[in-house]
Amino acid sequence: MHNPENAESPRGATDLTRREFLIAGTATVALTGCMGLGTKSATEMKPQQAAATRVSFHVNGKPCQLELDNRTTLLDALRERLHLTGSKKGCDQGQCGACTVMVGDRRVVSCLTLAVMHEGSLITTIEGLGTPEHLHPMQTAFVKHDGYQCGYCTPGQICSAVAMLREIKAGMPSHVTSDLTAQPKLTADELRERMSGNICRCGAYSNIAEAITEIAGRTA
Amino acid sequence: MRPFTFERAKTPADAAAAAARHPDAKFIAGGTNLLDLMKLQIETPAHLIDVNGLGLEKIEATQEGGLRIGALVRNADLAAHHRVRRDYGVLSRALVAGASGQLRNMATTAGNLLQRTRCPYFYDTNQPCNKRLPGSGCGAIGGFSRPHAVIGVSDACIATHPSDMAVAMRVLDATVETINPDGSARKIPIAKLHCLPGDTPHIETVLMPGELITGVTLPKPVGGKHIYHKVRDRSSFAFALVSVAAIVQPDGTGRVALGGVAPKPWRVEEAEAELPRGAKVFTARLLAGARPTPENAFKLRLVERIVASVLAEAKGAQV
Amino acid sequence: MKFDMPATTNPIDQLKVIGKATERIDGPLKTTGTAPYAYERHDVAVNQAYGYIVGAAVAKGRIESMDLTAAKAAPGVIAIVTAENAGQLDKGNLNTAKLLGGPAVDHYHQAIALVVAETFEQARSAAHLIHVDYERAKGAFDLAIAKNSSTPPKPGFGGPPDSAVGDFVGAFESAPFQFDATYTTPDQSHAMMEPHASIAAWNGDKLTVWTSNQMIAWSVGDMAKTLGIPKENVRLISPYVGGGFGGKLFLRADALLAALGARAANRPVKVALQRALMMNNTTHRPATIQRLRLGATKEGKLTAIAHESWSGDLPGGSPETAVSQTRLLYAGANRMTAMRLAVLDLPEGNAMRAPGEAPGMMALEIAMDEMAEKLGLDPIEFRILNDTQVAPDNPAKPPSSDPQSKAPEEKHYPHPPFSQRRLTECFRTGAERFGWNKRNPVPGKSREGHWLMGIGVAAAFRNNLVMKSAARVRLDNKGVVTVETDMTDIGTGSYTIIAQTAAEMMGVALHQVVVRLGDSDFPVSCGSGGQWGGNSSTSGVYAACMKLREAVAQKLGFDSTKAVFADGQVRDGGRSTPLAQAAGESGLVMEDAMEYGDLDKKYQQSTFGAHFVEVAVHASTGETRVRRMLAVCAAGRILNPKSARSQVIGAMTMGMGAALMEELTVDKRHGFFVNHDLAGYEVPVHADVPHQEVIFLDETDPISSPMKAKGVGELGICGVAAAIANAIYNATGVRVRDYPITLDKLIDRLPEVA
Repeated sequence: MHNPENAESPRGATDLTRREFLIAGTATVALTGCMGLGTKSATEMKPQQAAATRVSFHVNGKPCQLELDNRTTLLDALRERLHLTGSKKGCDQGQCGACTVMVGDRRVVSCLTLAVMHEGSLITTIEGLGTPEHLHPMQTAFVKHDGYQCGYCTPGQICSAVAMLREIKAGMPSHVTSDLTAQPKLTADELRERMSGNICRCGAYSNIAEAITEIAGRTA
Repeated sequence: MRPFTFERAKTPADAAAAAARHPDAKFIAGGTNLLDLMKLQIETPAHLIDVNGLGLEKIEATQEGGLRIGALVRNADLAAHHRVRRDYGVLSRALVAGASGQLRNMATTAGNLLQRTRCPYFYDTNQPCNKRLPGSGCGAIGGFSRPHAVIGVSDACIATHPSDMAVAMRVLDATVETINPDGSARKIPIAKLHCLPGDTPHIETVLMPGELITGVTLPKPVGGKHIYHKVRDRSSFAFALVSVAAIVQPDGTGRVALGGVAPKPWRVEEAEAELPRGAKVFTARLLAGARPTPENAFKLRLVERIVASVLAEAKGAQV
Repeated sequence: MKFDMPATTNPIDQLKVIGKATERIDGPLKTTGTAPYAYERHDVAVNQAYGYIVGAAVAKGRIESMDLTAAKAAPGVIAIVTAENAGQLDKGNLNTAKLLGGPAVDHYHQAIALVVAETFEQARSAAHLIHVDYERAKGAFDLAIAKNSSTPPKPGFGGPPDSAVGDFVGAFESAPFQFDATYTTPDQSHAMMEPHASIAAWNGDKLTVWTSNQMIAWSVGDMAKTLGIPKENVRLISPYVGGGFGGKLFLRADALLAALGARAANRPVKVALQRALMMNNTTHRPATIQRLRLGATKEGKLTAIAHESWSGDLPGGSPETAVSQTRLLYAGANRMTAMRLAVLDLPEGNAMRAPGEAPGMMALEIAMDEMAEKLGLDPIEFRILNDTQVAPDNPAKPPSSDPQSKAPEEKHYPHPPFSQRRLTECFRTGAERFGWNKRNPVPGKSREGHWLMGIGVAAAFRNNLVMKSAARVRLDNKGVVTVETDMTDIGTGSYTIIAQTAAEMMGVALHQVVVRLGDSDFPVSCGSGGQWGGNSSTSGVYAACMKLREAVAQKLGFDSTKAVFADGQVRDGGRSTPLAQAAGESGLVMEDAMEYGDLDKKYQQSTFGAHFVEVAVHASTGETRVRRMLAVCAAGRILNPKSARSQVIGAMTMGMGAALMEELTVDKRHGFFVNHDLAGYEVPVHADVPHQEVIFLDETDPISSPMKAKGVGELGICGVAAAIANAIYNATGVRVRDYPITLDKLIDRLPEVA
């Protein structure tokens, strides 16, 4: 699948060929495309049995063994196979943080890692932190400070916040840490910078910061 | 995402051998860039070699007084390492200026060096892109080019290299260590790792097919004031419009590399002699031959202003 | 129940539950990840298959051919839906472009196919195997050019396209102080966190769709119309909505294609829009070009006001009604407004949080700041000087084509008084709290280290709309009150204020109330939009509860006009009976709606506020960071100060995005929004947002509804961006009239770096 416009001017777009491209782009010439340019052509691609792999990991303390299509992200394995839908799919591109879970004690975006890469991992999702009847202190603080609105980024915010406080405790620096060699402080600026991988379009940030500050003060 | 087969390699030699067996294979470590591109079928490996089990996550002192960073050291761990914080502050600063806490926990040293451009035309498979589909044209030239490169560009491509870490490594004169599928090893100065687009923007590094980065070595610390100044529209979790990595010595000499302005970390060693003469003179040399678009010409002025600010900061801190 | 007289004392005025800062009743579910969003309903239908949407690769043209062979043969593929095989489809009343394109393509990333497969991975992979040939057509993509061929739009939500009072031209020409400037606002994306998503299942000819939608009844109607089936055969269920901001007001491609996919696959199908499709596939806030002309006396009295706005949309679309507030906000005897609409072949423009006022205030409130400076007046004093208690320009509204519109012929009131208007008090209160008197009126004079500091102010203004809304209330023999309405909670806090309303009305504790929302089997509500949801939906619950109170009183033998409902008891005189007793074994169920007379015509109902912002602009790089924000709001009774405050801070955050970073960038050659993901389209992150303060003036508005409340969720965004722009000017002396105010628009005019 080639773009016929480019077939006319195959390489090294000069100013002239650029103009041709523009003219071609606005005239009614045939344009070939699918999703899309730059992927292998359809005819080249033989339908192929999706390769699968067996993987074992622990989710929220429970062992699970799955036979998965290799292409399955950790997020889709959690949501679609294990029906743990607390981790959200906001972008599937690592750009929003709604899918944040913890692998070991580290927060990660589960949309940009394959489930089959997690042999032996200890995974904690929002469901592993607390339940509606027995909330984790961070969950209680989010409710108290109204640190959410639509609720869709919320599990990711909470998982991120819990792991983030551990990162400060472990002395990991951030972009706003003024002295790289000192223990980072639990300031509002530090919390905000470190939480910036979790987008909240409802704009509950100010309240989320207050919820985390309350818990940080307690665990400091 | 195209179907692919998957294996977990146990040793670097294992991984190299696997790469030799599968010419369509890709290594996967953090996955933060590769998987994103595989979902869009911009990357279509037939086989993935998971290299996370290779044991390359150590940071060790070298005999020369430098540091050897394993290829699999996560960005967060590298930024937090006590030697990096103490002796290579510019690297620590660059790392924590990049991406998000979650992504820094995943992304590896080698993967960060090899990440691909974030040009939106590269990412949109309906659009022409010489990097993605050689010969299809460049969507950004004459299109949306505000975040794009101003120097080192060609008529075929004006995409930037998106890394912060690599900019700091460039100013630190890092060396990249690799092994090949045949088991042979080589060392590549970071200045030589990335290629300018020219007529072949799809070729981004000098690495051969199946060649695996095993680590990065930093030479002995050079002292001085380490500064990484990143400028972006929002305060965090965004790629640089311009970033400046600088090591400035008390006598006003130093080294400066730029991010966000070129297809690779941008440093011109010969220009650094001009540093003591101030930002204007130095920047003019550093950016000589720049070819900005009307949308991103502001980056040239911005670089000069940031360099001036960095030099002032370095001076202030030394008084 | 009809609301056609100002409210007098009613059970809501007890304020035992209403008006108290209350934690959301859905909080434990949302914070534990157990609140079920549309795509997550594994529980509602077995054997769900996965759909993946293919978006058009061109902005305008025709599909010449579509080769499905390879995709059909791909592993796991069950069905592929295209316009060719989907059968006859109509277009929804509220959709401008078809939701399933082909052979004609109306805009970039318009859905042209749905691949249904056993797994998500298979569907996505097969979608990439569909091969499409297009014939590309010429399109109009540049508003600045298309503006020249723009025309007056049909009257709609924003009123008629033109209005005039007095003699603007004469007054402007003779004004001792004149101001004339043009502003631009870019296309913006709702970018809500939950992508549009639906699961559809057919049972015979009955369709059920679990979806994410703000307006259930609208979308039931448009689903039925599009499919050509009776409305009664469509059920929509949307109890949790992961953000909308106007982007989920309508039936969209996910829901329609899930329904078509489920029909083709003969099993339930789930579909979510992939993030990279959302910006071009769905609606967006259209860009505007706005010209403001102001004439004033040397004392600062406005004598002439003109506001013209140009925007574009697909053929058959609507304008961005950016002049709306200028008809109402400031006094001035001579004035005109005009809206013009150009045809653009970009994706469909439509409502985003405070359509009209949000971009309109972005321009008007910079202009007011500029005029104040020209006059040598304090910007707050200038605004107060031109305050008004009657609507200065209320053009007659022609009959509306809106599906929810009421009687077409209405009496016209050219200058109705405002039901409440405490704009001046908002400014005075805010100035005091924010330390306005510490602001140096001379720009570029305050500095903290590398940072140039500035303070800015702007008015907040958004109309209050009232909408018919119904609810059903059930009392059971345990004294539990269950409310059912198709109202939605899009993060606004509907669950909680509805529970508060029922608790107040029936005299029970909050935990004795169960609220069930977002199901088209429930009575039709006002839905969530236009900041009418909070006031209107609770008024519907009020009406249903009034009926239930009467039924209870009757059953227990009380006089309903005297009975007191409190503490789970019904009391009158010496007698007291448990409420639950009235329910009996079968319970009591009542349903009613609140409808409105002409109080919203006799009175101009609006909400008011003042935004105060302090910014720091980096002297070297021109990066702007917001240091402090305060909003003072006068918006009637605040039903739940906790969630209302959240609505306002959220709106302030979105307004910050509009001021500093948000812009869908148009590729004017190929006609699409280039930055179509969340890395390219930047919205504010945690690090951008300081502590935000909100003050609600203590106010009730008996003209609006028995709740005496108005909306706040959109008021909060109106004016914020201008306040930031004005603060940047105060910090730097650089006036930017083209949003967003990014550093490249500042650095050339900042002082040299030493």
